[in-house]
Amino acid sequence: MTDPLALEPDGDGWRLKLFGDWSLAGLPRIEARLNSLPATLHGNVVCDWTDAQTPELSPAWALLRRLAEAVPPLNVRHAGNPPHFLDLLEKLHVERHAAYSQQAEPTLEKLVGKLGRWSVLQGVHARGVIVFLGRIATVVGAAFRRPRAWRISSLVRHIYETGITAIPIVALIAFLISVIVAYLGAQQLARFGADIFVVDLVTIATLREMGVLLTSVIVAGRSGSAFAAEIGVMQLNEETDALRAMGMNPIELLVVPRVLALVIVLPLLTVIADAMGLAGGGLLSLINLHIPLPQFTARLRESLSPTTFWSGLVKAPVFAILIAMVGTYRGMQVRDSARELGRLTTVAVVQSIFMVILADALFAVLFVQIGF
Amino acid sequence: MLDPNFNPAIRVRGLHNRFGAQIVHDGLDMEVEQHEIFGVVGGSGAGKSVLLRSILGLRHPDSGSVEIYGRDVESLATTDRSSLVQSYGVTFQNGALISSLTVAQNVQLPLREHYSLSEKTLNELADMNLLMVGLVPDDGAKFPSQLSGGMIKRAALARALALEPKLLFLDEPTSGLDPISATAFDELLLYLHAQLRLTVVMITHDLDTLFQTCSRVGVIIDGRMITDTLPGMLTNPNPWIQEYFHGPRARAAAMEAGKDGNG
Repeated sequence: MTDPLALEPDGDGWRLKLFGDWSLAGLPRIEARLNSLPATLHGNVVCDWTDAQTPELSPAWALLRRLAEAVPPLNVRHAGNPPHFLDLLEKLHVERHAAYSQQAEPTLEKLVGKLGRWSVLQGVHARGVIVFLGRIATVVGAAFRRPRAWRISSLVRHIYETGITAIPIVALIAFLISVIVAYLGAQQLARFGADIFVVDLVTIATLREMGVLLTSVIVAGRSGSAFAAEIGVMQLNEETDALRAMGMNPIELLVVPRVLALVIVLPLLTVIADAMGLAGGGLLSLINLHIPLPQFTARLRESLSPTTFWSGLVKAPVFAILIAMVGTYRGMQVRDSARELGRLTTVAVVQSIFMVILADALFAVLFVQIGF
Repeated sequence: MLDPNFNPAIRVRGLHNRFGAQIVHDGLDMEVEQHEIFGVVGGSGAGKSVLLRSILGLRHPDSGSVEIYGRDVESLATTDRSSLVQSYGVTFQNGALISSLTVAQNVQLPLREHYSLSEKTLNELADMNLLMVGLVPDDGAKFPSQLSGGMIKRAALARALALEPKLLFLDEPTSGLDPISATAFDELLLYLHAQLRLTVVMITHDLDTLFQTCSRVGVIIDGRMITDTLPGMLTNPNPWIQEYFHGPRARAAAMEAGKDGNG
C-alpha cells in the first residue's frame, strides 16, 4: 500500500503530496498519517492532488481540518487538479468557524442553569401528579351524575385483559411459591418435630401477604407496563389530542376505566392466588409430610383467625389504584419520542412495584397497631 | 465495490409485486441515467414505496430484476450487502432518525458501522455533513424529537450522505414542510446534486419540487411505469397523467417553474 501523503520542502514552504486512495474507504489510513504530521508545520503549504485517486469529501475535510489546526495559521493552496468539491468544503469551513466562535458559555453559568432547570422541573412534576389525581377525582365525581361516563365497554375490555388473561400465570406462580415456602418450612420445622405447623406457615403467609403481594407484582409487570405503553403510543400519535379536540376527556376514556378495572380485578385475582397457594401447601403437606387432606383442612381452620383472609384482601384495591395510576400517569407523560416511551414504561413498572411494597409495609405496621 | 460510473445507474426490468390478490407492479420497467434527478409519482397505493423497497433490496420482488450500477440487487443483498448499502443513501418519509441517538450520532452511525475512525474524525465528519445540509454543528447535540420538520428532513439527508454515495433515494423529501422550507430543501438538493455529482431518485407528490428539480419523471399507472421528461409528460394523452399534470395545483407549479426558467 502506498503512503497516502508525503511532505517535502518546497521553496519557502512545504509541498504535501497526496497518493493512493483518497476515498472514504482510505480514511482510516489517511487519518493516522495526518495525526503524524509534524506540529512544526508552518508557512506556505501546497497540497498536491496529482496522484490522489478517487478523492472524496470526508478525507479532504479531515485534511483541511488538520491543516486549519496549525498555530500560527498556515497559508494553504491546492494544486495538481484538485477535486471539484474543494470550494464547497472551504465554504463549509468558514460556516463552521462562524458557528463555533459564537458559543462558549461559561461553565459556572451552565452549572447554575442546570441546577435551576432541574429544581423547576421537580416542581412541575409534583404539580403534575396532583393535577392528575385531581382530574381523576373530578371525572369519577361527575360520573355519578352522568352514568354514561363510566364507559362500560372499555371497562369490560380492561377487566378481560388485565384479569381473565392473567389467571393462569397468577395461579401458577402462587401455587409454586407456596410449594417452595412449605417445602423449605417443613425442613426447618421437622428438626423440632413440629411438622404440622407447616400448615400455619403456609396459610398465614399466603393469605396475609404472599397472595396479594405476588398478584400485585405480576399485575404491575403485566398491566402497569401495558397501560403506560398503550397510552404512551396514543400520546405519540396525537390520539389523546384528537380526543380532546373532539370534546372528549382522555382521563375519562383512557385512565378511569383502567383504574376501575384493576380495582375490580386485583381482589378477585388475589382470591384465586390465595386458593392456589393453599392448594400448593396442601399438596406438599400430603406428599412430603404425609399429612392427609382432612387433617390439613382441620389444622387450617384452627390456625386462621377471622381476619386473616380479609387482612390480605383489603390491601388489593389499594395496590390496584397505585399500579393503575402510576401506569396511566407515566403513559400520559410520554412526549416526542420512542425513547421516552420505553423509559417511562420502565419507570412505570419499577415505581408501581416499589409503591406496592411501600404500601404493604405501611399496612403491616397499621395492622399490628390495630390488632387486625 | 460497485462502479459508480456505470450507466444506467438503475435498471428495473419486468418487476412484479403483489400482496395476496392485489397486484401492485405488473411488469414495471424503469431506467435511471447517471447524474439525473428522477421523480417517481403515482396515486396513493400505486406502489411507489414498494418500488423503492424493491430497488433498495429491502423487499424480495415476486419476479423481475433490479440492477444498481449493473449489478443484480437481489444477489448483492445476500452476498455483498455492505457494498450494496454503501453505494446508495436513503432518506425515509418521516426521517427515520434513530430517536435514542443525537443528530450527530445518527450521522456517524453508518460511518462507525463501516469504518474504524477516531472520535475526533467522526465528530468532524458529523460537522461537515450537517453543515452541508444547512444545519449548524450545535444541532448535532440535539435529539430528533427536538427538531422541526424541516430540520429532520435535513438531518436525514446528512445521514444519507455520510457514506458519500453517488446515488440518493428520497422518499417524499418535502412532505409536511411549509412552502418556504420545501423550496429551501429543493434548492439544497439542486446545489448538492451539482456539487457532489449525485444521481437522485425521488418519490414525491410535491408538484413544485417536481417542476423545480426533476429532469425526468416516471409515473406508475396500473402497475407499469411511463417515463418521460416534464414537457413530454405535459402532452401525454393518458387521462391520469393529464389530470395529474393539468390540475389547478400543477398549472400553478408549472407557471412558477416557467417563470424561473425565463428569468
